[in-house]
Amino acid sequence: MNFYGTEISSPLLMGTAQYPSPAVLVDAIKGSRTEIITVSLRRETASGQGDGFWNIVKSLGCHILPNTAGCHSAQEAITTAQMARDIFGTNWIKLEVIGHADSLQPDVFGLIEAAGVLAADGFQVFPYTTDDLIVGEKLVAAGCEILMPWGAPIGSGQGLRCPDALRAMRGHFPDIPLIIDAGIGRPSHAMQAMELGYDAVLLNTAIAKAGDPAAMARAMAAALEAGKIGYLADPIEPRDMAVPSTPLLGKADLA
Amino acid sequence: MQITVNREPRKITGANLSTTLTELGFTSPAIATALNGVFVAAADRDTTTLRQNDKLEILSPMQGG
Repeated sequence: MNFYGTEISSPLLMGTAQYPSPAVLVDAIKGSRTEIITVSLRRETASGQGDGFWNIVKSLGCHILPNTAGCHSAQEAITTAQMARDIFGTNWIKLEVIGHADSLQPDVFGLIEAAGVLAADGFQVFPYTTDDLIVGEKLVAAGCEILMPWGAPIGSGQGLRCPDALRAMRGHFPDIPLIIDAGIGRPSHAMQAMELGYDAVLLNTAIAKAGDPAAMARAMAAALEAGKIGYLADPIEPRDMAVPSTPLLGKADLA
Repeated sequence: MQITVNREPRKITGANLSTTLTELGFTSPAIATALNGVFVAAADRDTTTLRQNDKLEILSPMQGG
């Protein structure tokens, strides 16, 4: 698949937060063979605490997708994106404009506004959005070449709460890379996203907070691969009634 | 003069943003700056002067989802 001109083969995008240690983070990322990892910006201390993490991230050789996590207005997100580009040297930005502190639901109005400003400034925007089709259209019109609808609230691990809406989104945007961002809890959720025809999944908590993050990262990668193969294999449609799979022809008369 | 750095009051003598960062010990190349809510690119720090009561934000890479 192609994200803003960059060929990507892994359908797993991974967050870097909440791991029990840097070593576990490195193991999980390497084991998953992910190619894109998300990072954030937070206040620096005079002791240079950001340096250590940044050196680890650079050593992984992944594409960096900085986020605007925690921003509650378009202007805040725009400024954060500008600061991220200054440090990370990439035009990619995972754009989050949060509407509610409790649900972490995207403020789609602020999101569309910020996406337009950033795209005009040369950013390549990965917008964290809802499954609303009109919002998706307006994000595309604003310059987004990728859409990232939520599956469920961030960190909730609920999986895909509205698969019908996500299926409709896939059908409505056949040529736009679609990434489920947030809500994945288990490998089966990730697989379901791929079976719906999604291109990738971005997740963090489901791996970082698992009992064995490295094993869960591998499980997610395997599930995504299986789901993608299954989608391409053109699965059957569900039926209301049973249909015998064993032929009736040639059945013995034993009654 | 006194300014606010990442919400903490600090006294500085620096004439511009570059010298102020050095004075305050922020020497890592992996930092980004905003002054009074407005982004200041690394390339513009030498020509950005500070004023009394300015609010400076200094950010660095951190774990994120």
